[in-house]
Parts: sequence; C-alpha cells; structure tokens
Amino acid sequence: MSGHSTYLPQSGFAKWLEARLPIFSFVHGSFVAYPSPRNLNYWWTFGGILSLMLVVQLLTGIVLVMHYTPHADMAFKSVEALMRDVNYGWLLRYLHSNGASMFFVAVYIHMFRGLYYGSYKAPREVLWILGVIIYLLMMATGFLGYTLPWGQMSYWGATVITNFFSAFPFIGEPLVTWLWGGYAIGNPTLQRFFSLHYLLPFVIVGAVVLHVWALHVVGQNNPAGVEPRTAKDTVPFTPHAVTKDAVGMSLFLLFYCWFVFYTPNFLGHADNYIPANPGVTPAHIVPEWYYLPFYAILRAIPNKLMGVIALFASIGILAFLPWLDTSKVRSARYRPIYRQLFWIFVAVCLGLGWLGAKPAEGGYVLAARVLTIYYFAHFLIIMPLVGKLEKTRPLPNSISEDILGRKTVAAMLVAFAVFAAGLVGFAAPASAAGEHGAPVPPSLSWSFAGPFGKFDKAQLQRGFKIYKEVCAGCHGLGYVAFRNLAEPGGPGYSEAQAAAVAAEYNIKDGPNDAGDMFERPGRLADAFPSPFPNDNAARAANGGALPPDLSIIAKARTYERGFPWFLIDIVTQYQEQGPNYVTALLQGYEDAPGDFNLPAGANYNKYFPGHAIGMPQPLSDGQVTYEDGSPQTLEQYAKDVTAFLMWTAEPHLEARKRLGLQVMIFLLVLSGLLYFTKKRVWASAH
Amino acid sequence: MTTTMSSAEPTRRDFLYVATGAVAAVGTAAALWPFVSQMNPDASTVAAGVPIEVDLAPITEGQAIKVFWRGKPIFISHRSKKEIEAAQQVDARSLPDPQTDAQRVKEGHDQWLVVIGICTHLGCIPIAHQGEYDGFFCPCHGSVYDTSGRIRSGPAPANLAVPPYEFLSDSKVRIG
Ligand code: FES
Repeated sequence: MSGHSTYLPQSGFAKWLEARLPIFSFVHGSFVAYPSPRNLNYWWTFGGILSLMLVVQLLTGIVLVMHYTPHADMAFKSVEALMRDVNYGWLLRYLHSNGASMFFVAVYIHMFRGLYYGSYKAPREVLWILGVIIYLLMMATGFLGYTLPWGQMSYWGATVITNFFSAFPFIGEPLVTWLWGGYAIGNPTLQRFFSLHYLLPFVIVGAVVLHVWALHVVGQNNPAGVEPRTAKDTVPFTPHAVTKDAVGMSLFLLFYCWFVFYTPNFLGHADNYIPANPGVTPAHIVPEWYYLPFYAILRAIPNKLMGVIALFASIGILAFLPWLDTSKVRSARYRPIYRQLFWIFVAVCLGLGWLGAKPAEGGYVLAARVLTIYYFAHFLIIMPLVGKLEKTRPLPNSISEDILGRKTVAAMLVAFAVFAAGLVGFAAPASAAGEHGAPVPPSLSWSFAGPFGKFDKAQLQRGFKIYKEVCAGCHGLGYVAFRNLAEPGGPGYSEAQAAAVAAEYNIKDGPNDAGDMFERPGRLADAFPSPFPNDNAARAANGGALPPDLSIIAKARTYERGFPWFLIDIVTQYQEQGPNYVTALLQGYEDAPGDFNLPAGANYNKYFPGHAIGMPQPLSDGQVTYEDGSPQTLEQYAKDVTAFLMWTAEPHLEARKRLGLQVMIFLLVLSGLLYFTKKRVWASAH
Repeated sequence: MTTTMSSAEPTRRDFLYVATGAVAAVGTAAALWPFVSQMNPDASTVAAGVPIEVDLAPITEGQAIKVFWRGKPIFISHRSKKEIEAAQQVDARSLPDPQTDAQRVKEGHDQWLVVIGICTHLGCIPIAHQGEYDGFFCPCHGSVYDTSGRIRSGPAPANLAVPPYEFLSDSKVRIG
C-alpha cells in the first residue's frame, strides 16, 4: 500500500504517532489520496455497498444475539418474542434476514461485474481468489444463520445440506454424525451452528481486509480494462469515489428498505414460521434463493457423490478463472464474442436458479442437466477457446481517452432493477406451495395491504370474537399475550377490557409454597393458554390430527403466485397469500368428488393441500352473533377471523409500514442530495 | 458570520455539502436509535413487573420473609414490640440518613416493615435479625441496619429503600 501516500503529519501529536504507528498515513494512502480510475461506473460502487452490508449484518446480528436463545426448545419462541416484545425487535430481525439476501444480491452483481470487465486477470488473481473465499464464507454463514430460527425450513434445510457430507465413501456417515453431534439434527447441532454463525462473519471481516489490501496493491480495474498511465487517468479516492459510492449505497438502501418495511417475508419461506418438526418434512423443500443455482446443479446429477462434487466444483472453478481465461484483453467491451457469451452465461445462471426452485421431476431435470453442462463448459471450454480465437476490438490508449460519458445513471438503474429482480425473483416460486391441482385461493382486498395498510379495529374485534367462541376450542394462541389486545396497532381494546378477557381464562401456575400446581385467573402478562395440556392430548382429542397454534398461521401459509406475478408483487407489495389461503380454507369445505378416497375421520376441503383435512368445517352462517350489524355469514366470519390472525401474526404491521414511509422519504431526499454533491465534486474532474 | 460578506459568503457549493452532510448525520443518528432502544426492558418484562399481592397472615411476630417484585427481593418483617420500640426511640437527627420510624412504615401498621432488601452500598442482600441493632446486617462490607432498616454503621450511604406499597386489608399488602 505504499507509493501513493502524500501524507505529511502536521500537528505535533500526528508526528509523534506517525513515528510509532503510521495509521494516519495508512488511512490517507488507502482511502484519501488513493488514486481511483476516473472512468469507473456505478457497478464499481458495489464493493462499498458490500462493506456497508457487512457492517449492517454485524450490527444487527450482534443485537439479535442479545435476545436469541440457542436451544432447540426455545429458539423459535425467542425469535417470536424478539419480533413481538423487544423494542424495534421486528425491525432488527427483518433488517438481518433481508440483509442476508441483499448481501447476496450485491455480491452477485459484484462478481458478475468482475466477470464482465475481466477483473480477475493478472495482476489481480489473488484479489479475485480472496473474493471467491469471501463468497464461500458468506454461503456458509448464510446457511448457518438460516437454521437458527429453528423453523421447518431451518431444520430440513440443515438436514439436506449437512447430508451432502454423507456422500463421501467410508467417512461420510461418521462425518455427518460428528457434524450433528448426535444421530440426527438436534440441540447440539443448533448450538454449534449458532457458535459458528457468530464466528464466521469475523472471519469474513478478516478476508475482506486482505481483499482490500490486495486491491490497494494492484489498484482497481476499470471498464476500459487498461491500467492508468498518467495522473490524468485517476482521481483521488476522497472525495470522488467516496461520493459516488455514497450515491450507490443510498440507492441500494432504498431497495433494501423496500423489502424490510413492505415485503419483509417475500424472500423467506412461509414454512419457516412453523416450528421445527423432526417428524414431518415440508412438501417442497428448497434452500434460500441465493443457493438455488447450485442446488439445481446438485439435483441435475443422478449420482449422490457426483452431485455433491459437482456442486462444490461449480463454486471452486471460479478460483481458476484467471488461468482459464486466455484472452489478453480484460474488458468485455472490447471482446464482441465473449460479451455475448457473458450474457448467455448470466442467463444460464438465472435459469439454473429458477430450476433449483422447481420440483426435481420431468422436464425440469432435463433442463437442469443441459444448463449444468453449459455452466461447466463456459469455464472449461468456452473461456479458454474464445480467448485464443476471438478478434478483439482496439483498446483505448488511456483511461482519459476512454471517458466519453458512456453510461448514464438512468441506464444503470434500469439494469440494476432488472438484474436484482431476476435474482430475487427465485424466491417466490421457491416458497412452499400447495399440492398440484389445488385451486388458487381468490385474492381478496385487505385493509392492511399496501404501503398505507392499517388493521380495521372493528374487524379485529369481530375476528377475536370468532376466535374466542369457535377456534379457541381446539387452537391455542401461544405467542399472543392478553396485554397485546390493548396495545396500539391492534384491536383497540382498553387495558381494562383486555384484563377482563384475561380473567375469563384459567392459567396454570405454581408450584405454590406447598409444592402444588394451581389454577388462577389470567392476567394481562399471560399468553393465551392452549386448550390442551400437551400436543399428545390435543392429537388424542382430535382424531390424531394436531390443531396448530394459530398465532403465526397467517404468515406460515402461502401458495404459488407464478410468473410474472411474483415479480410484480415486489413492486405492488402484494403479500397477502397467507390471509387469502386461511379465508379460502374456512370456506373450502364441500362434498368429496366421487373418485376421491377420503380417509375415515377426514373432511374434504378444496383448498387444503391433499384435500383431506382433519378439522371439520368450523364455521357456518349465523353461528356467531355480531353486535355491530355486520353480516353474520360464513364469508364475513372467515374474513374477520383471518384479519384477526394476521394481526396476531404481525402485531407491529402498522408501525412497520408507518416507519417504512418515513424511511423511504428520507432515503429519497438523501439520495438526491448525494447525487448532486457527487455531480458537484466530479464537475472539476472532467 | 460577522465577518464581511465578501470573504465569508457561503457559496451554493458549501450549502449543498453542509446540507448533505447534515441529512446523512441525522439519518445515521436516527438509524442508531433502535439499537439503543432494544436494550431497554422488553414488553413482556414490563408486563411482568406489575404489583404483587402478599398475604401477611402466615407471618408470625418476629419473622421476616422475602418476596420478589420486579426481580428485587422485598423484606417483609413482622416486628415485635421490642423491635418497634427500639426503632422509635432513636433520635433520627443523629442518624447518617435521618428518618423517623414513622416515615418508614404505614400509619397504624407499625408492626410491618416493608423494605427493598438490597444494600444501598453495592447491592448485596443483607441478612435479617443480625448485626449490632438486630435489624439487618450486610455481609459484603459490613453495613449495619437497625430494625427500621436504617443505616447505622458501615459503608452504605442510605437507609434500605421502602418500595411503593399499600395495605388492602390488615393482612394483605399490594407491593408495586
Ligand atoms: S454491599 Fe452491603 S456493605 Fe457493601
């Protein structure tokens, strides 16, 4: 990092420190005077964006740990408690869970930028390989983190991924047992994954320091791919690159916050709002969207061991890129053939991602095989050959010659939006969907939908009445406390009313001084009790079917919206599949078709996956009396109780959307100011 | 700002930089707030900190019990005649933290002393019926309290605190 520092200590203290620890000159040389090529476009801001995301993930993660309990029996509950009770807990968790996705959005853009402009070529091989290592560490960290909430996807994702290692002959089985700390995934697994999830981000920080160090030795690549020759080719990092990076970061935060505040569960899986159940695998198990292309490669290979090897090879091959690419020219701008092949490769990766979310059957497997072959061929055949055979276009003599205002910000934004939408678009088909052939629940309009959505208090109160008079007979509401009924953003009961509701319930407490358990009337601080003493009692009373706790049911159910809706849903913030499904299910009872083999004790419901549901039709017209004159119909009941369950699932929904609007407006203003500042700073450079 | 306009006139460029910096600084500060706020007691902790009711009937004269309110030990001492007299006879003005016994108990309930059982020195829990005054004695650094929970000697600076409480009946108190 020597060579570009022009730092001269001014004050006495600075001189004293400089002679002992030259930290000021180091910072000055690396981040102030550091010469940055003047033709960098906005794709180069993703390095800064990644640093920002790393800091966001570290900060939010450290805070989440203050409230999380790494124990198989308590992890899920502690996450729910965090979301419900901790001040801003919902915000911190959504920042972290969506932050992981944003980290990957940014890293994929950063990597494809490197691929396009040949940033891995000499002398930047080590820089590139360090990047591949960081990417691998990120994948491991993301996977470990996803197991921590201990939901169904956490548990089964962990099962599938750790079973990769069982593919190795001889050592496979003992290796997996060693990884698990047991004979199946369980509490020891969760605890070690938690420890490692806390450790790895700091390893990433270390690798990032090396990455930045290597960057400052070899200098940044640039869109022209020719090295800076004279001082005219570069600008000082501060303020030029700094202001440009700041614009990129601010716009990226806007994108990020859209997800956090408006569609916070879009990129996750509804199944992960169901507590881990070692006895039942979700119907459609998929990893997080950012692993999907590799997951598709794994499944494309019919042999277990070869599949795992192919998966690791597909990532490992990136490290050899500097030697697989034989071209003398760096930037794809001057490589007409490679440039087209690059975009084909991007499409192949997106295609693999899409296939990774699809069931492994029929044409999907065949397509995945073709794309897998192409993926490897791109690196092993196409890159070495094209580099030799291609006739490249003439390179500019210098960077200053290259500057002709090639790209506008608008074009970059459009490209980013398309790219990001393509990347995150995997998520929607990835979410666990109903059985094939089940009709899609009708899309209803909900008062809580959209950016200004609010709960209808009267509707929540009616819904609560239905829960109390009908549902509560079998279903608990274990994550909801009586005090919640009187909290802002809810059904709007007074504290006294909520206390009266609590007093209607008997809560088991104790032991008392004599050592006996006893029952007492509920208090505000208590949670709604389950109607059954334990799950087995609940099953026994319900013909073997366990009535699920309803606290989070509205977030734990979904169905596929299909292409292109899942992309449009990001923009329209449509995410009411859960409520639509619950409402439809309550009205979906009908006589089984003649050819349907209904098991004894089951009921036919057209919206239930598999149609045979244990719960008999719970609601019918006129069953519950409404005092406010609302129609006493099944349709109205279904909507009201669903709205109530949406509130129990997301009690801070109103606060989230309200804060979201403020954040959006703030970030728009900040982005505008930063953009004009950047223009002002760069005005003198051109 | 009092210098002549020609030399110190803020340019539009300065204004843009200052405005951008200020907005960014405000945003950063606001973004930090949730990280600070999450450290406060969460809603379930606050909800669990409601007042508690204690039945005094089983506490015999001369006995002191310990109950918990908001995670703090509360001493409820059923004082004997002798203890009450000892507490009342002291000249409050001579004490390190002057308070009469009447200020520390509820009128008409002289026999009940209700105090937070946390030593005002550094937070240890004193032991009842010990020490020179047979009140409370803190083993950590030797603070001695009398039968009214007032500091008499040792490093503690103040009397044992009296929590908010009220008598619901002669044999029932609500603490909190
Ligand atoms: S804590 Fe009681 S004397 Fe120090």
